[in-house]
Amino acid sequence: MSNLKEMRSGIEEQYKAKLNRPRIVVGLGTCGIAAGGNKVMKAIKDEVANRKLDVDVDFTSCIGMCFAEPAVEIALPGTPSVVYGGIYPDKVAQLIEGHVIGKKPVTELAAIQITGDATPFDGIPVMEKSGYYAKQVRSVTSRLGRTNPESIGDYIATGGYAAIDKAISMDRLDIINEIKKSGLRGRGGGGFPTGNKWQFVHDAVGDKKYIVCNADEGDPGAFMDRSVLEGDPHAVLEGMMVAGYSIGADEGVIYCRAEYPLAIKRLNLAIEEAEKMGLMGDNILGSGFNFTVRIKAGAGAFVCGEETALLNSIEGQRGMPRVRPPFPAHKGLWQKPTCLNNVETFANIPFIIRNGGEWYASMGTEKSKGSKVFCLTGKINNTGLCEVPMGITMGEILNDIAGGILGGKKFKAVQSGGPSGGCLPTEQLGLPIDYDSLISAGAMMGSGGLVFMDETTCMVDVAKFFLNFTQLESCGKCTPCREGTKRLLETLIRITEGAGTAEDIPNLERLAKVIKSSALCALGQTAPNPVLTTLRYFRDEYEAHINDKKCPAGVCPELLTFVILKDKCVGCGLCLKACPVSAIAGEKKEVHKIDGAKCIKCGACVPTCKLNAIIKA
Amino acid sequence: MAVCKCTGEQVESPQDVQLNELLDHYRGYAGGLIPVLQGAQEIYGYLPAEVLETISQELKLPFSEVFGVVTFYAQFHLKPRGRNIIRVCLGTACHVLGGSKIFQALKDELGVENGGTTEDLRFTLESVACIGACGLAPCIMINDDTHGRLVTSALKNILEQYK
Repeated sequence: MSNLKEMRSGIEEQYKAKLNRPRIVVGLGTCGIAAGGNKVMKAIKDEVANRKLDVDVDFTSCIGMCFAEPAVEIALPGTPSVVYGGIYPDKVAQLIEGHVIGKKPVTELAAIQITGDATPFDGIPVMEKSGYYAKQVRSVTSRLGRTNPESIGDYIATGGYAAIDKAISMDRLDIINEIKKSGLRGRGGGGFPTGNKWQFVHDAVGDKKYIVCNADEGDPGAFMDRSVLEGDPHAVLEGMMVAGYSIGADEGVIYCRAEYPLAIKRLNLAIEEAEKMGLMGDNILGSGFNFTVRIKAGAGAFVCGEETALLNSIEGQRGMPRVRPPFPAHKGLWQKPTCLNNVETFANIPFIIRNGGEWYASMGTEKSKGSKVFCLTGKINNTGLCEVPMGITMGEILNDIAGGILGGKKFKAVQSGGPSGGCLPTEQLGLPIDYDSLISAGAMMGSGGLVFMDETTCMVDVAKFFLNFTQLESCGKCTPCREGTKRLLETLIRITEGAGTAEDIPNLERLAKVIKSSALCALGQTAPNPVLTTLRYFRDEYEAHINDKKCPAGVCPELLTFVILKDKCVGCGLCLKACPVSAIAGEKKEVHKIDGAKCIKCGACVPTCKLNAIIKA
Repeated sequence: MAVCKCTGEQVESPQDVQLNELLDHYRGYAGGLIPVLQGAQEIYGYLPAEVLETISQELKLPFSEVFGVVTFYAQFHLKPRGRNIIRVCLGTACHVLGGSKIFQALKDELGVENGGTTEDLRFTLESVACIGACGLAPCIMINDDTHGRLVTSALKNILEQYK
């Protein structure tokens, strides 16, 4: 069967017909569901049924605006479709009455409008020009929030499976050359050139080869792979198929973390539908190329994101890393040549094959081409997912896309690359983001999580947080990581508890260097990065903790004292009632006092004082 | 195997039947141990020692290897678990937005520590590194439901939904 074109025309007709009908679309990614999307869906269906409206109700995945969840889109033919934010069930009637029945958008609830060819509505930001999207490109994320991820029809009608159709008529090495030309580098964090990796596996000798997709996204603060898997599962499958065809593999495995049940469900459904249509399985599109994909659910171990540990886990063993070389390209799954790439890398492949390597290489910087998906979290106004061209600066992401720091507070640091990355200060906001510039600044691209922190965040506490994480997740195989991260953590705990000494800083630096150069795998080699970058950019905070026994950000409880200001306190007694350990004493209408010995520094009293008379110092 | 209370005989419980079906499916399947353990935990709610014995014999793997895999992965449990599993996210984003306060409030409310199960087996409380809903921090997961943008005062009502 080589008639994707015939299949496509019918499917495109159906898709066009769907777009030409009035539609209400609810965002049902994990984030949308967490914000109550299913309840909103039910409320909309009830409302449509009660009023007997001729409107289709559909769902999509996350469009990326987590800050606006639950999000609902209303599209009437001939007018722009409007995405509404913060739509809880109680707002549904207003929305339907206004936009669907009254044909006028409910401007005060609208987040953005997507105009297409239609004349824009007044008073609603147009998506491409709105603050959140103006500096973004939409390539890997182009279907997110736009199509129904559980419909293979939506995928095919939007250009899906055209890449594998094109690839099977190409020479294998030409495909690999196209990927090389695109300059695509591994999106899982390492940044290894994807085309070169494929070449190695292609050249490796073996009767059987495997494609493995690393979907064990474990970095705290990163959810782009989840969003892609939930929003465009077929793109990942198609990317794996193209890889399989070009290196000569007929079997693929997706290793997905078990914490992503919705992603696993949608992937299984996508595989089933693709097989039903002859787009996966034996003799794909009449080409003689066979390819199957199965899903392996992880069992809860961060280290399994490391490629060789992941392979051991697929083989049913403890997920501990192997010594490299041999690299997986030569001896991977079951000791066979294996091409292992991350979700976002595979999802980029169909776009590169369809539009050509040069198109992809036209975006980005000299050594980091294309676009990258980032997750924006922490103390910012717009949390969510964004896709930007490489080379954009951290400051543009913070101010233009993320909408600045929450509550008008001051920016302090951005953590890039999860527990393996580093914290970058204000001076580095002008840094153009690419693989190499981030590494020279002491951080790394990692998988793409950006956690923004404001002035109330203690950097020693942040370093402690990450070390606590890596220390718990260290698999224990090699001594530098198992023992080294523990010692780093102990030192950081001591410093935050006010027991730090002058030798602690040089000791931290020395130990960090030893771990970096001697740990077996990337988990250990990068684990000291949060300590090293905070020491590099925020050394004064460490010194304040050690020398002055003070936490400048007012976070570390052992170094805080709570004081009631005598001239402000009116003795109302509210703080006294709020104190869980009865550390506050004072007669009514007389100045209250906090007993420092009893106080557990929980801070519960501070917000109760209407006169701001309690301060922490 | 369960023991019949009248005769003292060993009888096959419905759960054992399910386990056998699971083992039949994965016998001779390379790398089947983890899916079998995941399936067995689904069936029994946790991984009792006898079940691990059976798995080791049926898959022809040393018991030490089975036990080694079980204790390596955070998802596997050797003790009975609550009917509802609360996972409190202590990831970076939740951390900076007060996730530990949510965790403390739940510990106080349920009277258990991290990893503990309430006496009535209603809840098990755990901390997790990140559930990937950072945009809605601070958040928790109860079974497969994610609850986001939490404040401590909302917890009581949320817990009420799970019996």
